[in-house]
Amino acid sequence: MNPLTLSAYTLTTSLGVGLQANLDALRDRRTGLAPCAFETARLDTWVGQVPDAMLAPVRSDLAPFDCRNNRLAQLALRQDAMEQALADARLRYGPERIGVVVGTSTSGILSTELAYRRRDSAGALPADFDYACTHNHYSLGRFLRAYLGLHGPATVVSTACSSSAKVFGSAARMIAAGLCDAALVGGADSLCLTTLYGFGSLELLSKLPCRPYDRQRDGISIGEGAGFGLLERTPGSAHGASVRLLGVGESSDAYHMSTPHPEGAGARIAMQAALTSAGLRAEQIDYINLHGTGTRANDASEARAVFDLFGERTPCSSTKGWTGHLLGACGIAAAILCALSLREGFLPGSANTRELDPALRVRYLIQNQPMAPQRVMCNAFGFGGSNCSVVLGCA
Amino acid sequence: MRMYVESAGLLGPGLVGWAQSRAVLTGGAPHVPDAVTLTAHGALPPIERRRVCESVKLALSVGMEAVTASGRAPDGIATIFVSAGGDGAVIHEICEALARPEREVSPTRFHNSVHNAPAGYWSIAARSHAPSTSLCAHEWSFAAGLLEASGQLTDGTEALLLVSYDLPYPPPLSSAAPITGVLGAALLLLRERSAACVAQLELKLEATPGRATRLQAPSLEALRAGNATGRALPLLQALAAPSATEVVLDYLGTGSLALQVAPC
Repeated sequence: MNPLTLSAYTLTTSLGVGLQANLDALRDRRTGLAPCAFETARLDTWVGQVPDAMLAPVRSDLAPFDCRNNRLAQLALRQDAMEQALADARLRYGPERIGVVVGTSTSGILSTELAYRRRDSAGALPADFDYACTHNHYSLGRFLRAYLGLHGPATVVSTACSSSAKVFGSAARMIAAGLCDAALVGGADSLCLTTLYGFGSLELLSKLPCRPYDRQRDGISIGEGAGFGLLERTPGSAHGASVRLLGVGESSDAYHMSTPHPEGAGARIAMQAALTSAGLRAEQIDYINLHGTGTRANDASEARAVFDLFGERTPCSSTKGWTGHLLGACGIAAAILCALSLREGFLPGSANTRELDPALRVRYLIQNQPMAPQRVMCNAFGFGGSNCSVVLGCA
Repeated sequence: MRMYVESAGLLGPGLVGWAQSRAVLTGGAPHVPDAVTLTAHGALPPIERRRVCESVKLALSVGMEAVTASGRAPDGIATIFVSAGGDGAVIHEICEALARPEREVSPTRFHNSVHNAPAGYWSIAARSHAPSTSLCAHEWSFAAGLLEASGQLTDGTEALLLVSYDLPYPPPLSSAAPITGVLGAALLLLRERSAACVAQLELKLEATPGRATRLQAPSLEALRAGNATGRALPLLQALAAPSATEVVLDYLGTGSLALQVAPC
C-alpha cells in the first residue's frame, strides 16, 4: 500500500486519560486492572475500567447519543489536541473530504441492558430509550461525525476484537479510492454486562489479572477504552511525532466462531499479508504488539503463527495485562501503544506474566526494554475468526 | 469508481431467489409478500448448522446464491457483510437473560451476538481464509457496503461478495428499532468486466440528500423504506433488466450515493 501518515493520535484506557498517562503507567509498570466492581456485575474477575466519574455526559446538543460508549469516545477525543487536529484538517480538506472509520464490538449495548431492567408491566421499554443513537453500532460513527462536524463518508467496522485494527484497512482504501483525503480512525468499546457474562459463560474470564503468555494463564481480563488517530496522505508534522501506516493484512480463520485455529493459520495469513502490504520481510519488523489475550487457546495459536513467520528473534509482548482486553477497541489501543514505542524508543513489557510458557517459542518481553524500533506490527484477532495485523513505522 | 456485477442473490417476502425475483421486480409478475422460510445452508458442518441464528441463515442463503450463480469457488472470494442492526433476536435473548437475577447467558448466543457472526459462519461454510469485513452504517449500511467494495476493488481485489441482511427484531426491541420484513441481498462484484457480467456500476458520492430512487409497487416500496437491505431493491430492479439508468441511494442523512447502471 501507499504509506499514510498518522498525524495525530490519542488513547484513553484504565491506565489513564490521554497518551502521557498511558505512557507513564507503562513506564512505571502500573496495571489498570482491579477486581470487578462494574455496575451490578457479580463476577469473580478483574477489569480495566475507566472511572465512572470521568465519563461526562456527551455534549448537550448531541444528548440523544448519551451512553457509556459515546461518553468514553468523547473523553478520548478531548485529549492530546485531537479535536484541534481534526478542526485543522477540516479547514485544510473541507468537512466533506474527511471520512470517519471507527470500530466497536458492543457499542452502547449497556443502554439496552439497562432499559430491559426498566420495562413496564406490559413489557415495554422505557420511552427515553433511543436504540439508534446508543446501542446501534453506527451510533459511534454518527456521534463522532456530528461531534466533529465532518461530512465525509463514514462507517463502523464491527468484527468483534479485530474491529479497530481493520479500520486502518478500510480508511486507507477509502483514501486510495478518492472517497476522502483524510480519515478519523479508531474505536471505542466500553464495559457492559453482555461481554462480562458472555465471556463468563464461555469460561474465558480469569479470576486473577490476566497473564498473557504465562504457563499458568487461564483467561482474559476485560477492559474498556477508546483511541483515535488522524490518517492522511501528506506528512502532517504540525502536531509532532507522527508515525506512518505502512501495511495492513486481513484474513479469516474458517475454523470456529469463538476458538482460534490451533496452528494459527489465520493469524499467520494476516501477518504475512500485512508484511506484503508494507513491502517488508519479517526480519525488518523490530517489535510485535501481540493480541495476547491470556487464554490458553489464543496465546498458543498466535505464538505458533509468530514463530512460523518470525522465529524466536523478534521482540514481542502483549499489553493486555496492563489495560485488559479492550475487545473492539484493542486494535486501536495496540496501534497507538506501538506509535508510542516508535516515538519514545521503548518496548513495553508484560504485566502479570511471571513464568513464560515454554511451549510458546517467541521472544516475549516481560520487562520493559529501551530500544528505538523503526517498524512495528500489532495484532488483533476476534470471534468469527476475524484477523488483522497492522504495520507502523517511523515518519 | 467503477465496478461490475456478475451475479446476485435475493431472499425476502415474495422474493424467493434472484431468478424468480427478477420478474417481480420488473413488474412481469405480481409481488405476493409471503412469509420467508430460512434454513441453515448445507455447506455448514452439521454442528454449526444447529448453532446458527436466523440472521446467519439469511445472509448465507443469499451469499451462496450469488456465488453459485457466478460459478466461482467460494473459498477465494473476499466478503463484506452489512446490516443495520445484526440479529435482534439474539440481542433480545441476551438482554432478557441479563435482566433476570441468575444472568445466565448462553455461550452460543454470546458468540452469535457479534456483528460479524455471518462472516464467521460464512468463512467456515466456504472454507475461506479470504479477508472479510462486517460494517454498520445503520439504515445506510448497504451504501456503506458498496463504498467499501469500491475501496477493495480499487485496492486490487478481483472479485468480492457483498451481502446485506436485515430482519425484524422481536418485541419489545421492535418498538425501538422497527424493521419491515425479512430481507437479504447479495452481489458478486468484480474489478474488471467478465464474460458473465450483467451490468457496470459507476459510483459517485453527492452532497445532496433526499434524492433516493423509489419503487412503484407499494408492497416493494414498503420493504425499501422499512428495511435497510430494502435500500438495495432499486439497484436490484435495475439489474433485473439492465438498461442505462441512474439509481440513487440515501447516504448518512447528509448526502446521496448515485449509481450509474449500464448493461454489459
